[in-house]
Amino acid sequence: MHNLIRNRWRAVGAVSLAGALALLAGCGGGSSSAPTGSTSGGATSGLSVPTANLPVLKKIGKGEGQLNLIAWLGYLQPQWVKPFERQTGCMIHATYPNTSDEFVTLMKNGGGGVWDMASSSGDADLRIIYAGDAHPVNMNLIPGWKQFFPVFQSPPFNTVNGVHYGVSLQWGPNVLMYSKKAFKTPPTSWNVLYSKQYSGKISVYDGPIYIADGAMYLKYHDPSLGITDPYELTQPQFQAVVNLLKGQHPLVKQYWSSAPAQISAFANGDVTVGASWPYQVSALTAQHFPIGAVIPKEGATGWADTWMLAAKAPHPNCAYMWMRYITTPKVQAEQAVSYGETPDNTLACGYMNQISKGSCALYHANAPAAYFKTIALWKTPVATCDNGKPDCVPYVDWVSAWNTQIK
Amino acid sequence: MSVTTPAGAATAAPAGAGRPGPWSRVSALLWRRPWARATLLLTPPLAWFLLIYIASLAVLLITAFWTINPYTTNIERAWNLSNFTNLLGTPAYRQIILRTVGMAAGVTVIDAIVAIPFAYYMARIARPRTRTFLFVCVLLPLWASYLAKVFAWLLIFTHDGVLNWTLGKIGIGPLNLIYTNTAVFIVFCYIWLPYMVIPVYAAMERIPASQIEASQDLGGRTLRTVRSVILPLALPGIVAGSIFTFSLTLGDYITPTLIGGGNSTLIGNVIDSNVVYNLPLAAAMATVPIAIMACYLLAARALGAFREI
Repeated sequence: MHNLIRNRWRAVGAVSLAGALALLAGCGGGSSSAPTGSTSGGATSGLSVPTANLPVLKKIGKGEGQLNLIAWLGYLQPQWVKPFERQTGCMIHATYPNTSDEFVTLMKNGGGGVWDMASSSGDADLRIIYAGDAHPVNMNLIPGWKQFFPVFQSPPFNTVNGVHYGVSLQWGPNVLMYSKKAFKTPPTSWNVLYSKQYSGKISVYDGPIYIADGAMYLKYHDPSLGITDPYELTQPQFQAVVNLLKGQHPLVKQYWSSAPAQISAFANGDVTVGASWPYQVSALTAQHFPIGAVIPKEGATGWADTWMLAAKAPHPNCAYMWMRYITTPKVQAEQAVSYGETPDNTLACGYMNQISKGSCALYHANAPAAYFKTIALWKTPVATCDNGKPDCVPYVDWVSAWNTQIK
Repeated sequence: MSVTTPAGAATAAPAGAGRPGPWSRVSALLWRRPWARATLLLTPPLAWFLLIYIASLAVLLITAFWTINPYTTNIERAWNLSNFTNLLGTPAYRQIILRTVGMAAGVTVIDAIVAIPFAYYMARIARPRTRTFLFVCVLLPLWASYLAKVFAWLLIFTHDGVLNWTLGKIGIGPLNLIYTNTAVFIVFCYIWLPYMVIPVYAAMERIPASQIEASQDLGGRTLRTVRSVILPLALPGIVAGSIFTFSLTLGDYITPTLIGGGNSTLIGNVIDSNVVYNLPLAAAMATVPIAIMACYLLAARALGAFREI
């Protein structure tokens, strides 16, 4: 009797659930039909930012006593957070995402009325801005901003039509990292990553934004394609880059998606050369592993982080106090040395050398403008090119090409 | 105050003295009407199940029929099948789906081959003490963090890792296993093995000794007894275990990322890389393992796997 009842229940449950799902999903792929293009064309009108006309704060008022931040791990060290909390009374609560995509998710719905700011990178910023999740910022309230290198005052990845949606923070290049055991002389070109000679010893970044690295390479080696900006590729340019990376795939031993994974691959001798971040270089150096890094002659991609203000930030006064504080030369220097990146404030150099001798030159904090020109900072590829024409390949197609053609 | 108090006392007094209080009445009602009792007990879990679990699945399925605007990347709520035609029409996605199903099936078969003799020994041959020891051996890995186990395998497989060091000592050349599908396969087999051993053990333990003896009395040799008595009676356990190993492999994306080094893209990785930017495509991809599992469960049911549970 018991068995009968239970079997009946099971049958009803299994049939109704499974049946519904099978019907919807076309069990066994019954609905397969002719392949179609990845996306159908939508509105081609220029992008606009839904929050562009929100009023900005005119004057910083009394702190709300709290500040909720979304930050990269290592960006909120007690060394500079504690003094801020003492000075302003704004207590910081934070969450630490692993990827740029997670920043975008957390900032959805303007931070959901929970999060005030996010230290997102250039490849996420425009997505946050165009989704209407960022709030315009009054730069006149942030004195440190005026001391920034000009390229970071109104960079295209956090400023749209002259409206700022956050304040730039720090930046760094994506370097060519090599094991000194395998390279007696440092490589000077990214071509080692496309050479059969190093087949099975190559480690590159696992993400659609890596396509820009291929574009940097072709910009230099195939001028006939006419690539000017590795994040703004027309369909023929994009396809050429995808073909290049498709050819690279059999040579690649590891596509790394977290810094520790790449550090372990180098330390264990699985790979000897790869596209990397300065963070991995300093971590391997700290392990006394013979590691080297260069910015090859083709230039490099890089990242630039911004403290973005959420559209529904519940503690705007504390957020402005944080932007004022984090852009001061001394705090900029503390974070740069602690994390291993380059500050945006021109006056941070001296403080960096006070903290760690020679660190200013090591992280290029005093580099001339020519150095910036060799670095193409991550930004979200959007359909509208800088010249206003809608022929650039948007990021959604980068993702699909990365999954279906390259890997 | 002085007016209401006597009035309240007047109405309360007879109730307390003559009739049962409200709680006693409720409990009496529940005792007399079993269906009311069942409703009260089942409503909270059922509501939870329907609202949180089924509803979220339904939302997921609905999202799969929407698309995103490639220019604004906002979700457009227009019904169409483009995500599904895209998934099934793109050779790379088809290959990823086949690779994932093949991986899940392979892991299930290997785990079953390892688990059946192991569970038989545990359930029917081992002494109580040995059995406890073996149980601890099976369960111990489940206490460790998933990530810790995966990273441990990373250290085993790497070029200068434990495996190659050992092989070097006995004079066999280094193996190049790390960041390959083979490595991912081995790690999956290891990680999901307990989920196969435990249900198979439970099934083996319930096989009456008399039936095995009867088989032997009737002249059945070892292989015949295994084939005609033990395996059919253990089948529900094997199927239960296979549901775990199959579905867990189908949905995993961490092992292929870390052990596969990005070279072994499975369904989970495609969902992971699309979930933020192209949620409808990720949702469409998420229906694939659901559909496969539905087919799998129906097939298992048709084979009679659930009859004895």
